[in-house]
Amino acid sequence: MKAMQDILLAPSRIKPWEPALWLVAFAAPWALPGHALIVNEIAIVALFAVSLDLILGYAGVVSLGHAAFFGFGAYTAALFAKLVMPDPVTGLLVGMAGATLLGAVCSVTILRGSDLTRLMVTLGMALILLELANKLDWLTGGSDGLQGVVMGPVLGRFEFDLMGQTAAWYSLSVLWVLFVLARRWVHSPLGATLKAVRDNPLRAMAIGIAVQRRLAVVYTLAAGVAGAAGALLAQTSGFASLDVFALDRSADVMLMLVIGGVGWLYGGVLGAVVFKLLHDVISGITPQYWTFWIGLFLVVLVLVGRDRLRKPWAGRGKPKVPGESA
Amino acid sequence: MNAAPVVLQTEGLLKKFGGITATQDVHLSIMQGARHALIGPNGAGKTTLINLMTGVLEPTQGRITLEGVDITRMAPEQRVQRGLVRTFQINQLFASMTPLETLAMVVSQQQGLGGRWWQALGANRRVVERCEVLLSLFRLTEVMNQRTESLAYGKRRLLEMAIALACEPRVLLLDEPVAGVPAGEREELLHTVAALPADVSVMLIEHDMDLVFEFATRITVLVNGAVLTEGTPQEIAKDPRVKSVYLGHAQERTHG
Repeated sequence: MKAMQDILLAPSRIKPWEPALWLVAFAAPWALPGHALIVNEIAIVALFAVSLDLILGYAGVVSLGHAAFFGFGAYTAALFAKLVMPDPVTGLLVGMAGATLLGAVCSVTILRGSDLTRLMVTLGMALILLELANKLDWLTGGSDGLQGVVMGPVLGRFEFDLMGQTAAWYSLSVLWVLFVLARRWVHSPLGATLKAVRDNPLRAMAIGIAVQRRLAVVYTLAAGVAGAAGALLAQTSGFASLDVFALDRSADVMLMLVIGGVGWLYGGVLGAVVFKLLHDVISGITPQYWTFWIGLFLVVLVLVGRDRLRKPWAGRGKPKVPGESA
Repeated sequence: MNAAPVVLQTEGLLKKFGGITATQDVHLSIMQGARHALIGPNGAGKTTLINLMTGVLEPTQGRITLEGVDITRMAPEQRVQRGLVRTFQINQLFASMTPLETLAMVVSQQQGLGGRWWQALGANRRVVERCEVLLSLFRLTEVMNQRTESLAYGKRRLLEMAIALACEPRVLLLDEPVAGVPAGEREELLHTVAALPADVSVMLIEHDMDLVFEFATRITVLVNGAVLTEGTPQEIAKDPRVKSVYLGHAQERTHG
């Protein structure tokens, strides 16, 4: 009884390296003030990757348009700062709320149909928003982007500085809070039912799980987290431009997850760190070289397919018994 | 037995796939506490009938009631919440989860904790206790930490059944539960099912006639999607039409 409970609780227990990792992350902008900007960027894309992992890794929903929510959060937060008030935390919450709402609306269309349908619908959704942001230039600034976003101090005390230290700590704090919540969520009975839905929706239904509703809930929440990442980008850069909706962004975040490990929350964080550092290093040598690798990665991604994308360690060698799903 | 109330009933159930009628005007009643077998040759529509009852398929016509409630158009998961639970002829498991995780998840869901996101899986004592009982009942304790996809076939078959029982069924529909299970373990598995509480009703689809006659107190014979006959094992054993169906002369005898 006790032993069994320990086994079940083991994944949710905090490992010793986890607080260490977070301490290092929070110390980084202080220890390397010259690199605070990239720490900020990494924290933002890590949060975005965690959001994608919630739907791809834990619920098995593929998406090529996750930037739709990222971008919507970014524009919402930027517009809020410009038109209503400059407080970052309020703006963040508004950005999240906007993206969550959009996620709830999209979940209705996205959760029907096969993976291909989902890929196309998510892709289409991001394109629609991209074009809307382009056309509504009286509101969004069109292709020039939304400029002149001035942010107030975080919590009324910490002004954003040119070095980006405040920005880095602000983004890291938001990442940490949402990560801790997501971590609880994936190790809960609810998280387990999501894995069940991912592994076998037919059986999940046959044990009394409302599959569509569960997927809609996780999709909506993940959209909110992506919106938070977008809001952070807009707030810390004081700018929102059309590229927040770009396909590259949706593809990049998926690559980060693949690099770091899908279905493991730290995979998103790890992938973001590796991806950003690689980007920094390789594009420093030659920008063309970097796009070559992105292209290669995309080809591999499509060829490898979703199952191995979710479980890269499960090789091609062992075919499954036909018709057997376990 | 006859005094027991009907728990699951189909009335005039009809299912067409294009021009093919897979289920033809099926009237079937499962009594409370029944050990009811559904038999018939391949392609008789047994699995289709289970799919209709559990809501995987929607009937073209007819009505299904569970404990007096019309469930004909009810979502599958709602039927499960009302106690109508099935197993699958082909294993439908959760490949990446271990048996322990699987059962903890199912039991949590069954106990209404499936929506809790703030608690860890296994934090609830009652859930763990129930898992312990189920694992030992189906002899899965020693493999409880292996990923399901790496389990031997026999163990997966047991897990298939354990998942259904973890749902605390009021009516349990078993679709060839012992297919592929080693001969020595089949009887034991069916004894486990037969030993369920007396108010749990069980409907079994099975090809092995010895097992059917040992297990069932009531048998329905399905041929070409329609009910050929229903009765006690003794009546079914004596029925010449049933014999001819199993000897492959269904057409001449039933329609002649």
